[in-house]
Amino acid sequence: MTTPVLSVRGMTVEIPTRRGVLRPVDNVSFDIAEGEILGVVGESGAGKSMTGNAVIGLLDPPARIVSGEVLLKGEAVHTAKGEKLRRIRGKRMGMIFQDPLTSLNPLLTVGEQLSETILEHLPVSQSEAEKRAIAALDEVGIPAAAQRIDSYPHEFSGGMRQRVVIALALCAEPDLVIADEPTTALDVSVQAQIIALLKRLCRDKGVAVMLVTHDMGVIAEAADRVAVMYAGRMAELGPVREVLTRARHPYTAGLMGSTPLASQGQKRLRQIPGAMPRLEHLPDGCAFHPRCDRAEARCRQNPAPDLTACEGRAACWFPLPAQSEKEEVSA
Amino acid sequence: MSALIEVENLTRVFDVSKPWLNRVIERLPKALLTAVSDVSFGIEENSVYALVGESGSGKSTIGKIIVGLVPPSSGKVEIDGVDLATEPEGARRAAVRENVQMIFQDPYASLNPRWKVRDIIAEPVSARGGDTEGLAERLLEQVGLSAQDAGKYPHEFSGGQRQRICIARALASNPRIIVCDEPTSALDVSVQSQVLNLMSDLREELGLTYLFISHDLTVVRHMADKVGVLYLGTLVEEAPRDTLYADPKHPYTQMLFEAAPRMDAFGRDIDPPKGEIPDAINPPPGCAFHPRCPIAVDRCRKERPRLREVGKTRVACHLAE
Repeated sequence: MTTPVLSVRGMTVEIPTRRGVLRPVDNVSFDIAEGEILGVVGESGAGKSMTGNAVIGLLDPPARIVSGEVLLKGEAVHTAKGEKLRRIRGKRMGMIFQDPLTSLNPLLTVGEQLSETILEHLPVSQSEAEKRAIAALDEVGIPAAAQRIDSYPHEFSGGMRQRVVIALALCAEPDLVIADEPTTALDVSVQAQIIALLKRLCRDKGVAVMLVTHDMGVIAEAADRVAVMYAGRMAELGPVREVLTRARHPYTAGLMGSTPLASQGQKRLRQIPGAMPRLEHLPDGCAFHPRCDRAEARCRQNPAPDLTACEGRAACWFPLPAQSEKEEVSA
Repeated sequence: MSALIEVENLTRVFDVSKPWLNRVIERLPKALLTAVSDVSFGIEENSVYALVGESGSGKSTIGKIIVGLVPPSSGKVEIDGVDLATEPEGARRAAVRENVQMIFQDPYASLNPRWKVRDIIAEPVSARGGDTEGLAERLLEQVGLSAQDAGKYPHEFSGGQRQRICIARALASNPRIIVCDEPTSALDVSVQSQVLNLMSDLREELGLTYLFISHDLTVVRHMADKVGVLYLGTLVEEAPRDTLYADPKHPYTQMLFEAAPRMDAFGRDIDPPKGEIPDAINPPPGCAFHPRCPIAVDRCRKERPRLREVGKTRVACHLAE
């Protein structure tokens, strides 16, 4: 296999606070290949957005990467600063945020925003940039792109705005796109349109995508591989079908089991007791052990094993057996 | 069996015009938004009726009209035979009001941050001059929190716990009906299942009736007995849960089911639905869904379809059979 587009190795993010150092991302490693969509799922506070922000260099100080490395096509990104970071961010990495209204400048037309980005990163003339801006809007499925180019963001609907944001992220022809909950603010029918669009663009252009979301359904439909995060750590990483139908980590299994679809026809939903611990009160040992029904003394004392040390699937001392069929999602 | 809640030809129009002077200067007509248009349905005692639809479909407005937070423009809502808007007798109005409570979507916004949990939960009773001794403690235990939590403030709780407090508050006046407006949309999956289980348990213990408003089709499938599908303020389809999920009749319902992300559809390449929800101020003539409908014919563009019965389903489509 060729070098992955993105390679994250043992990345740890820390936030020093008055009450001690918080670790929202703890020793996370993953790769994304060309044209691949990696889904990152987890509940709120799991560190999935923080991971995305760390990769693209958008951490708000005092949060910072304290160890590990982020490699974009073999080149270190986590040490890049100032002008060099700006060359990488926007040009080689694009970002799609959850709320399309706040990620566009309300005072500039979408055309101005697109050509600004194109001019900044590509060696083209003003008129060529405008032409490309129209092409970019056309590509994301905005009807009458040549006319809409002079519209302001508020003149678009939510779904159309998210298309503009996607066009913005892709207009400088990046290698990697980080999509942070791109469809959470949208209705079901529009969500389906945006997911289909992301998949098509990623496939056509060979862009690697890191898709951060809490929606298992979106992951199942869009992602090739999935990483499940819990309390800042990677709990499970593997091909999407494997992880979702035959979870090895008890947390993934619980998460899948507690969706209404999995308990279809049953009176009660399966539930995971308790809630995700807060970062300032992480339990000793494996962070999931207070909620885990498989936990033993070892889980309470030792932190969960490293993902790479356990066949690359589940970071758990007592993973569910590989052949377990009981989590199979009914069709 | 007569229904506990009877909604008849309910319509609500909001005036969303610009201010008066702007209208005069810019020569604009009044802008009226029909959020709910001629909706009729009934909810049986001790059942769960779910309203589903996308944003702007009027589902929350209907919920608010039923609890009396928004008055209807026309049509009526009868709860136990009493129409809150026209009932002259104060005592009967008060009795019905006590019987209807609401749970809101955002547990962060619907609890007063300056009140202790005890006061929040007891308010529906104390506001009517009732006895609240030990009430909050008892209810907190009923929803799976501890009696000591009564002395805390809302910020000390997580999202799921706050939603439990909201449920405890809704239960305080011993209601028969609870309107739940997206009760789990703000919660994580593992917490969502805890809250849904609690709601099912309470329904059984207390014989509650729920109006369950949601956009999440899998949650609705788990909770509801009967489902009404709304599009742009109109009820386009209504059927018992199993009938609806097995055989959706309206093209919009079919589109919704098709578009919803599924956990077993790995790498599915769907042909995504066309278009977006139209502007509610100037809805399309005829059937509001016709611009996006794959099977629309000429009649759909001119004539608004009425709800008619097809088997166990009520559907508003000229072509459904």
